Amino acid sequence: MMDDTHKTWTPLSRKEMAARVAADIPEGWVVNLGIGVPTLVADMVPATREVVFHSENGLLGMGPAPSPDAIDRWLVNAGKQHVTMVSGGSYFHHADSFAMIRGRHLDLCVLGAFEVAANGDIANWTTSADETAPAVGGAMDLAVGAKRLWVVMDHMTKDGRAKVVETCRFPLTARGAVTRIYTNFAEFDVNADGLHLRHVIDGMSLEELQSYTEAKIIAH
Amino acid sequence: MIEKFVSSVPEALHGVKDGATILIGGFGAVGQANTLIEGLIDQGVKDLTVVANNAGYGNVGLARLLQQRRVRRLICSFPRISGSTVFEGLYKAGEIELELVPQGTLAERLRAAGAGIPAFYTPTAVGTRLAEGKEVRVIDGKEYVLEHALHGDVAFVEAWKADRWGNLTYRSSGRNFNPVMATAGALTVVQTQHVVELGELDPETIVTPGIYINRILHVPYGDPQG
Repeated sequence: MMDDTHKTWTPLSRKEMAARVAADIPEGWVVNLGIGVPTLVADMVPATREVVFHSENGLLGMGPAPSPDAIDRWLVNAGKQHVTMVSGGSYFHHADSFAMIRGRHLDLCVLGAFEVAANGDIANWTTSADETAPAVGGAMDLAVGAKRLWVVMDHMTKDGRAKVVETCRFPLTARGAVTRIYTNFAEFDVNADGLHLRHVIDGMSLEELQSYTEAKIIAH
Repeated sequence: MIEKFVSSVPEALHGVKDGATILIGGFGAVGQANTLIEGLIDQGVKDLTVVANNAGYGNVGLARLLQQRRVRRLICSFPRISGSTVFEGLYKAGEIELELVPQGTLAERLRAAGAGIPAFYTPTAVGTRLAEGKEVRVIDGKEYVLEHALHGDVAFVEAWKADRWGNLTYRSSGRNFNPVMATAGALTVVQTQHVVELGELDPETIVTPGIYINRILHVPYGDPQG
């Protein structure tokens, strides 16, 4: 467990993590966002910056959630939440949607994860063999198909275990797919030679960050 | 005259047999032909293999078909959505088989079936539990998994508009798996919200051409719930 008694830093909130991801998405990219913190990223991209959001169930140009009195019950995103479409949006069927994904037409996918390894392996679909019925959805297709895979997640589990690891313990979603990691402590690029530090929160030393991170951090 | 409209659920489902593989379009509650699914329950078929993205919700349509123990095997990408309690109970009790397939692989296996492609190599799931036991081939230095086409004896499609030739349009995210499943069923049955005259649909905007469609039932039920 972490000893928080003398800490000089505050972890980022979910919204702050989403905002940092959003700040790194340039105009013109086509982006798919996973469930959880990744979903929050859409609201953090300024309206003046044209970023096109893709949803696996056949939407390009997905907009924000509608007001409660303007819900279209036919229009849902991959998380089955009601959404809207922006001007320029289009509909297509599932085989076309995943052709876009696998065909490397998406600039970016942002997913949550249970674990990411220093070699870019990602585990985000199941944590056990038979606790509940397993479900995978589009995670495996998105992880291998998007040009870039960014993971946004807490740095540690609730019981204090590192989530940025040397080798994933949970079943893999994809091998060597993650290109960048955003956590509530830090940001890393995942390169061929390992985990490069991009950013660490104010007040946390590299030594302290390394103590919360199983994988070796390469700092510049 | 070509007339694919039928006037009753039993007519729409005539000839569906025990042990059939049924492809069911829909994503969550949206775009799923619930009247046809409920018709299967009344018709009495059993020992079915169902191919659908989710495992039904609440106690209607697919969830009710599962609850009635009519489905032996489910081929599915995401059985665990909120409200999908019937499936979860059956699965824990070992009363239903599950073949879990990545969503894009599921869509492409259906597309391949409708397009005369027996199998294909895909990068999805390489090195994961869902590729275990499957052939892996290196092409241009990268590994791919062999996946086979997924044919249906029957496909259930929900359309927004249909004409008597079976030309279809869909409504927004109600499209999802429906057009691709329409191509992969030996018998493709449509449940449509609206009926239009032949010629009313602009050929430029028809999503599913009538060639794939065998029977159509008019079911103007309104908006999806859930």
